[in-house]
Amino acid sequence: MKKLVVYLMAGRRTPELAEAAVEGGADIVELGFPFSDPLADGPVIRRAAERALAEGMRTGACLECLAETRERVDVPLVPMTYAALLEAHGYERFAADARAAGATSLIVADLPVDEQPELRRVQLVAPTSNDERIRLAAENTDGWLYLVTVTGTTGARNGVSPALAGLVGRVRSATDVPLYAGFGISTPEQARQATELADGVVVGTRAVEVAEEGPAALRDYVRSLRTMVS
Amino acid sequence: MTAGLYGTYGGRYVPETLVPALDELESGWNEAREDPAFHAELHHLQTTFGGRPTPLTLAERFAPDKRLYLKRDDLLHTGAHKLNNTLGQALLAQRLGKRRIVAETGAGQHGVATATVCARFGFECVVYMGAEDMERQAPNVKRMHLLGAEVRSVDFGTKTLREATSEAIRDWITNVETTHYLIGSCVGPHPYPEIVRELQAVIGREAREQILAAEGRLPDLAVACVGGGSNAIGLFAGFVDDSEVRLLGVEAAEAASLGTGRPGVLHGARSSLLADEDGQIVDAHSVAAGLDYPGVGPEHAFLRDAGRAEYVTATDDEAREAFDRLAQTEGIIPALEPAHALAKVAELDAELVLLCLSGRGDKDL
Repeated sequence: MKKLVVYLMAGRRTPELAEAAVEGGADIVELGFPFSDPLADGPVIRRAAERALAEGMRTGACLECLAETRERVDVPLVPMTYAALLEAHGYERFAADARAAGATSLIVADLPVDEQPELRRVQLVAPTSNDERIRLAAENTDGWLYLVTVTGTTGARNGVSPALAGLVGRVRSATDVPLYAGFGISTPEQARQATELADGVVVGTRAVEVAEEGPAALRDYVRSLRTMVS
Repeated sequence: MTAGLYGTYGGRYVPETLVPALDELESGWNEAREDPAFHAELHHLQTTFGGRPTPLTLAERFAPDKRLYLKRDDLLHTGAHKLNNTLGQALLAQRLGKRRIVAETGAGQHGVATATVCARFGFECVVYMGAEDMERQAPNVKRMHLLGAEVRSVDFGTKTLREATSEAIRDWITNVETTHYLIGSCVGPHPYPEIVRELQAVIGREAREQILAAEGRLPDLAVACVGGGSNAIGLFAGFVDDSEVRLLGVEAAEAASLGTGRPGVLHGARSSLLADEDGQIVDAHSVAAGLDYPGVGPEHAFLRDAGRAEYVTATDDEAREAFDRLAQTEGIIPALEPAHALAKVAELDAELVLLCLSGRGDKDL
């Protein structure tokens, strides 16, 4: 069974949205802790982060949101954020507080494997990563590897990146850990194509857009992905 | 220990996608700096195209009770010290086989210097500039267009250098295989702070020789304005090993990343930043677009902590007053950025002072 990972920005409605995503078939929920200057994100998630910060979703509020979400769903919850938040909160303290609030690991978009190596987290590899960096990321990752399918920021694309097949091939020869592909995957058909290659997909930008329409719309959207990811 | 650290500052806080490009840049840079042909070509461009060496000017009427020397990088081609860096990085891009250049700009001086070298080298050039800065530094937007660059307006957030830098980095992430990111200051992920410092160090090297020739001794104090900090780090490079020379950086009062900042991560490096207790970046403000930035080069944070350099602030009004006074007493119209450094001269407890006049003020009229 392939895995379906859904990204949601932390906010007041996130616990019920996460519940809807899980009802729709999400296996893992990533919870975005917003940062003011998110270099890896395209316009949709950047704007969602701006709104979340304007709503007061600072680190403390995000941890509370995580704990409230934990009470509603049983699937793994993975905070995804930027190094600036961990730097300010303390790297180990951030990881411990997230764990205490119900997180399973974490993802830091701008912390390549050689920075803060002692912090356990889900590592990312990209089409530009060489074999040595892939090996290092695989050795250090926490549970699964996040395959960045494109050279670019988060956001919808027209098709599945042609770079994905080659990346999966190179990573497979280095490790047995599960490989979940993200960045640029928004439609059920793209999710199906990506899971022909990888062990799962991460859907972020489109999920954030649909979540603005409410839990029912999100549930339906995730269900449409689920039918193609099996 | 991670490469590119200045004490605990610096590093590479970037998406994985960029790390191989930074590795490639680092090895290209390490080869270039060991290659006499690179230095010969850079020197040739600096002298025959850029107008180096720039003179030292004694400013007797502006500072009658001191011996104040201005290092005249306002006389460099394109009107600011920025060309020192863009010439060097253009040569580097050529060695790396990159023919598309992206850059950010605040005051527009780095954008103009980038557009200039791209025209000279035949590179495609895209410059990101905050919408607010495009308005307040309109002459530089015209210059970039004339030089063949595409200027992309960044109209979200503070609409200034901070967002322009983020967008330039996002462009680089997207086009990393064909594109060189020509960063304009001694900020960003390793090896950029080192590359920019080394390319701007020509300011300090020349000034050191020139002041020794003029005065027979080193200055008591070397002073420069600090936004990201590249003209200051270039000036300081000439004197950092001379413990008798005090080093002073002048920040804009409401953009004092060193004066009132805290450790944090922005634009790929750990440095001293304007940030809140959760690490979220706080807006900076300055009448000088080139100083209107919440971060600063990691080496400055290190020099501050080590006690080797001191950093003070000047207000918008103090800078404007110094801007007018230099024009009226010396016949030199400075940019508003170095006007911040000029504003502090009268307060300095020093007899022989060297100040980096990093740019000219035509853009600020």
